[in-house]
Order: sequence, then structure tokens, then C-alpha cells
Amino acid sequence: MRTDSEARVPIAKTDLLPIRSGEDVVRVRQQVRARAIEIGLGLVDQTKIITAASELARNTLDYGGGGEVRIDLVEEGGRKGVRLTFEDQGPGIPDIAQALTDHYTTGGGLGLGLGGAKRLSNEFHIESTLGVGTRITIARWKSR
Amino acid sequence: MDRIPILKLGGALIVTIQVDMHDRLMLALEEDLTAKIASTGARGVLIEISALEIVDSFIGRMLDNIAAISRVLDAETVVVGMRPAVAITLIELGLNLTGIKTALNVERGMAMIQARLDEDDADGLGSTRAHRED
Ligand SMILES: Nc1ncnc2c1ncn2[C@@H]1O[C@H](COP(=O)(O)OP(=O)(O)OP(=O)(O)O)[C@@H](O)[C@H]1O
Ligand SMILES: [Mg+2]
Repeated sequence: MRTDSEARVPIAKTDLLPIRSGEDVVRVRQQVRARAIEIGLGLVDQTKIITAASELARNTLDYGGGGEVRIDLVEEGGRKGVRLTFEDQGPGIPDIAQALTDHYTTGGGLGLGLGGAKRLSNEFHIESTLGVGTRITIARWKSR
Repeated sequence: MDRIPILKLGGALIVTIQVDMHDRLMLALEEDLTAKIASTGARGVLIEISALEIVDSFIGRMLDNIAAISRVLDAETVVVGMRPAVAITLIELGLNLTGIKTALNVERGMAMIQARLDEDDADGLGSTRAHRED
């Protein structure tokens, strides 16, 4: 049975996408773009959240050994946003502060993805356990 | 495998990136461009990216690599047509693309490459540089 409060549940829409290949990373970008447009994010905000998603999806693939992303359209106190949760069952990150430092890389990259994704998002949470995996959540809200 | 086409116009190579590129496609482009610079003796590489909706650290690194390789092969890379929203995002991401020359559009990018070709002609290099065609 549906109650009144359940009718106002804030997650409007959810997608679950696998991240197992380079093509999956492209699909993640495309789906994030579609959802960002759906809630009316401006062009610069769209570009920021898609870029952040691309960085985190590639990390999930390259370092996490693959995983998945959940894309939620969220509504809180009348404002709309996109929230992305990347999850893998990879090796985990030994030192999160170090991993977030610009130019720190263990894979011959630029070491900008993680710190950059944080700067490009309004919210950023990271949990990582050695031998268990990594979960990173970011959100970008529509500015009013 | 898909490839991004490379056009030759005078002493320049021109690439228009029109798809949401996956990583292998970008790596293939780096390889193809390197081979083409060597085989044509091109002095400039123009990469048009107005269709690109984002430039992330991977694409940024590839553009940097292409510019560095062409420099060693004595060609100059100019990236043109970057969208303003992409430029804003790049800076916040932390990519400064210091190794890359940029121009607002194709005309200005070609003018930069042409200026270099003219300089060579003035130095008499234009006629002495070996051109291999395949
Ligand atoms: N999901 C993950 N699981 C395990 N380690 C990770 C994960 N994501 C990031 N890391 C670690 O954090 C480091 C920094 O990540 P970041 O994305 O900032 O840089 P990079 O991927 O090495 O290079 P770039 O993203 O600039 O191409 C990585 O090199 C890797 O060691
Ligand atoms: Mg990365």
C-alpha cells in the first residue's frame, strides 16, 4: 500500500550501468548527459558532471577491475540534482588523501581524475576498504 | 576497428573528431597520426574538437602526446574549436594543456600552420625537406 509520504520519495529515477569496457565508459557519459539534460542542468554544469563521471568510470575500470554506476535523479527541498555512485570490488585505495592529491598516479596517468572529479562536483564521498573495494558518490545540483 | 579519418591539405594534416570517442579509438588516432606525419612530411596537425562534449584527463593526455610526438617529428599541433563549457571544465579539472597550441576555429588554426610553412619557404626549407608519399 502506498502512503502519502512514500509518494514524495525523493529519488525520481535510477539507472544501473555496468563498467566493464571502454565502450561502457562512453555509455556512462551518454546516460549521465541524458539525465542531466532531463533535469535542466545548464551546459557548464552538464559538462562538469559528465567529465567527473568519465574520470570515475575510467578509474573503476582501470583500477577497480570493473564495477558499476548507479545514476539517481534526486530532489531535495525543491531542488533537483544528479547523484552518481561508482562501485567496484577491486583492491581498494590504501591512502585516500594521497590518491586525491593532484598528479599522484600509480597507473601512468596525469593523476588528475579523482581530485578533478571532486572539484567538478557539489558533493563528493569516498569509501574504500583494502581487499574489498571502493565506492565513490558525487552529485551536481541544479543552480537556482 | 573504427578509425578517425585524417585529411591532408597542403603541408597540414586535418582531423575532425566527430564521435564520443572510446579510449582505443583515441589511441589508434595517435598511432595513425604519427605514421602519417612521418610519411607525408606534414609540418602542421590541426585537430578540430568542436563536437567533443567533454575533454577528460585521458583525452587531454592523448592530445598532449600527439602534440609532443609531432613536435619531435617537426610538425606543430593546433587544437581548434574547443567549446567554452569544455574550456571552463578543463581548468577546474586541473588540465592546463601547456604543451598544446590552441586556436578558436579552423581558419585561425590553419593561419598558424600556414605562417609556419611560409617561414620555412622564406628559409628555403620548404623545397629541401624530403617528402615521401605512400
Ligand atoms: N577505484 C579505484 N580503486 C583502486 N585505486 C584507485 C581507484 N581510483 C583511483 N585509484 C588510485 O588513485 C590514483 C589516482 O587516481 P586519479 O584518477 O586521480 O589519477 P589516475 O587515474 O592515475 O590518472 P588520470 O585520472 O589523471 O588519468 C590512481 O592512480 C590509483 O592508484
Ligand atoms: Mg583516473
